[in-house]
Amino acid sequence: MSAPAESQRCRIADTGRPEIHTVGAGPWTVRVHPRAVAVVVGLAVVAVALGAVALTLGDFPLPLSRVLATLAGSGSRVDRFVVLDLRAPRVALALVVGASLGVAGAVFQSLARNSLASPDLLGFTTGAATGALIAIVVFGAGAGGTAVGAVVGTLATALVALALLGGATGGYRLVLVGIGLNAILVAVDNYLILRSDLTVATAAQTWLVGSLTGGDRTTVAVVGTGLAVLLVPALGISRRLDLLAMGDEAAGSVGVPVASTRAVALGVGVVLVGIATAAVGPIAFVALAAPQLARRLTGTTGPGLVAAAVLGGLLLLAGDVLGQRLAAPAQFPAGTMTAAIGGLYLVWLLAREWRAGR
Amino acid sequence: MTSRLEARGITLAYDQRTVVEDLDLAIPDGSFTVVVGPNACGKSTLLRGLARMIRPAAGQVLLDGAPISSYGAKEAARRLALLPQSPVAPDGITVLDLVARGRYPHQSLLRQWSRADEEAVRRAMGATGVAELAERVVGELSGGQRQRVWIAMVLAQDTPLLLLDEPTTFLDIAYQLEVLDLLADLHAGGEKTLVAVLHDLNQACRYATHLVAVRAGAVVAAGPPSEIVDAALLREVFGLVGEVVPDPQTGTPMVVPAGREARRSGTVASTSP
Ligand SMILES: Nc1ncnc2c1ncn2[C@@H]1O[C@H](COP(=O)(O)OP(=O)(O)O)[C@@H](O)[C@H]1O
Ligand SMILES: [Mg+2]
Repeated sequence: MSAPAESQRCRIADTGRPEIHTVGAGPWTVRVHPRAVAVVVGLAVVAVALGAVALTLGDFPLPLSRVLATLAGSGSRVDRFVVLDLRAPRVALALVVGASLGVAGAVFQSLARNSLASPDLLGFTTGAATGALIAIVVFGAGAGGTAVGAVVGTLATALVALALLGGATGGYRLVLVGIGLNAILVAVDNYLILRSDLTVATAAQTWLVGSLTGGDRTTVAVVGTGLAVLLVPALGISRRLDLLAMGDEAAGSVGVPVASTRAVALGVGVVLVGIATAAVGPIAFVALAAPQLARRLTGTTGPGLVAAAVLGGLLLLAGDVLGQRLAAPAQFPAGTMTAAIGGLYLVWLLAREWRAGR
Repeated sequence: MTSRLEARGITLAYDQRTVVEDLDLAIPDGSFTVVVGPNACGKSTLLRGLARMIRPAAGQVLLDGAPISSYGAKEAARRLALLPQSPVAPDGITVLDLVARGRYPHQSLLRQWSRADEEAVRRAMGATGVAELAERVVGELSGGQRQRVWIAMVLAQDTPLLLLDEPTTFLDIAYQLEVLDLLADLHAGGEKTLVAVLHDLNQACRYATHLVAVRAGAVVAAGPPSEIVDAALLREVFGLVGEVVPDPQTGTPMVVPAGREARRSGTVASTSP
């Protein structure tokens, strides 16, 4: 936080500890959670550091000093090509896609009041893939058409999931609906790949594992713009999403327009997942884990969109770096890495919910 | 009698299932109105309708003379608060954070906390005796404490009209009276109109200045308890045979159900339509 005019603390009880922190200037006051701010800054620093390290890795290793020099504008033509054209887009793509998924996950989890309600578990990501595959295989679409297909696929899956859930968003029902939808959509994906010719099938298959290798500047720009634009309404309803956790009636009573908040949240979440998936294919578990981990780290109750975004970007970047280095020169796609790590996390989460008897 | 909150011919339904039909009800200003009626007769539905949580299929709810649907969400929330029957305390939330949420309708994106907010929260926590619990996690409190915290939240909202759905259910008798005394104190302050759904008829008669008896989604009787509660009303609303005597402690009507045998013969007669 850059130094605002005045910083205040509210003391209700004489416990000696300030309980509500605000920063403000003139008539403006904004509530802040010091720990959340510290965590977000910390995570951002780690993400930038990891990004710099990622730029040094690959078939053509570069020392950090040369990477930094290249970023600063000097460096040989080869260095510039490797760092700026090959590696930087990939790092940037990991950050923006991960951030998009983190925000979408936070939005969906708040909406459903359920930490399992992430777009990947609910089948939205698979739905995005199916939409994109239909665009590729049936309509022979290019990049733009694929993206539209993915968004439409996400939206259609979300609507089907909502209809199947019928307003119930309790733990296991949600997971079961997700498993069912995922199974059906995977079958459709397989069918689509089987009936297409080899080149298309190979391209589709590569895309289906969720890999960042195809990232170029245009993709980064599209995903980044989508994220920036959608963050505006997402942050706008963040406080309301937080209040919705008390139940529709309690939230409505304090002045949350419940129906419109829901609609905006759903729209924002679906489009974020659609764009991110269209860009790199389905990435598992980032949307599930980032908001949860962010909430634990910040110790706040709300959707924590900014923290979820930063952590989402960091997780996907870490997954991609691990995938490149773990068994080098063999390369694992980022999606495989996040699925492996995220699977463990899901098992832990389910075990915890099970013990809590929810 | 003036009424800032009034229902005119409202019909309330879930999907196709109509629960309340063509109901008229005026909440007298400054009253402690208590709604009673058998299970599933539509008390919660009525409260939801009054608090704009369900849009009436017909008729309208008037708040200060204008249809409540014509108010913005926050604007209505500055005049009327509803404490639902089972609100959810978000995981890990502290008492202070929960109570502070009641201030939401008084805040905006660029004005998220003010002196007035701090003052209202302090007052609400003082009135409900939860100031010492400020930093405790709500989920770890006793039932009575938790209920007082929720009441503190709606008090912090600082509305002239306050609706509470079964604020005493699931509390033991001592806590029930504690919560009712708290509500009576608030009412005695003279600034608030209270509407509460209660289960215990005798408590309702003790605390209400205005009693509304509901059966099958319709208002059977409304008025001061001493004027409307008698054996005939008991029979009509609850299908219960018994007599009504003055409460030895307060003089308000007190229900004494008839013995088992008498009740059986009586109930059989009264339930045949
Ligand atoms: N959310 C809901 N959806 C569908 N039906 C409901 C809902 N809430 C209540 N009902 C039905 O409406 C009727 C009245 O319920 P309610 O208003 O909760 O009664 P009370 O509060 O008097 O016990 C009941 O038959 C109940 O099943
Ligand atoms: Mg009820």
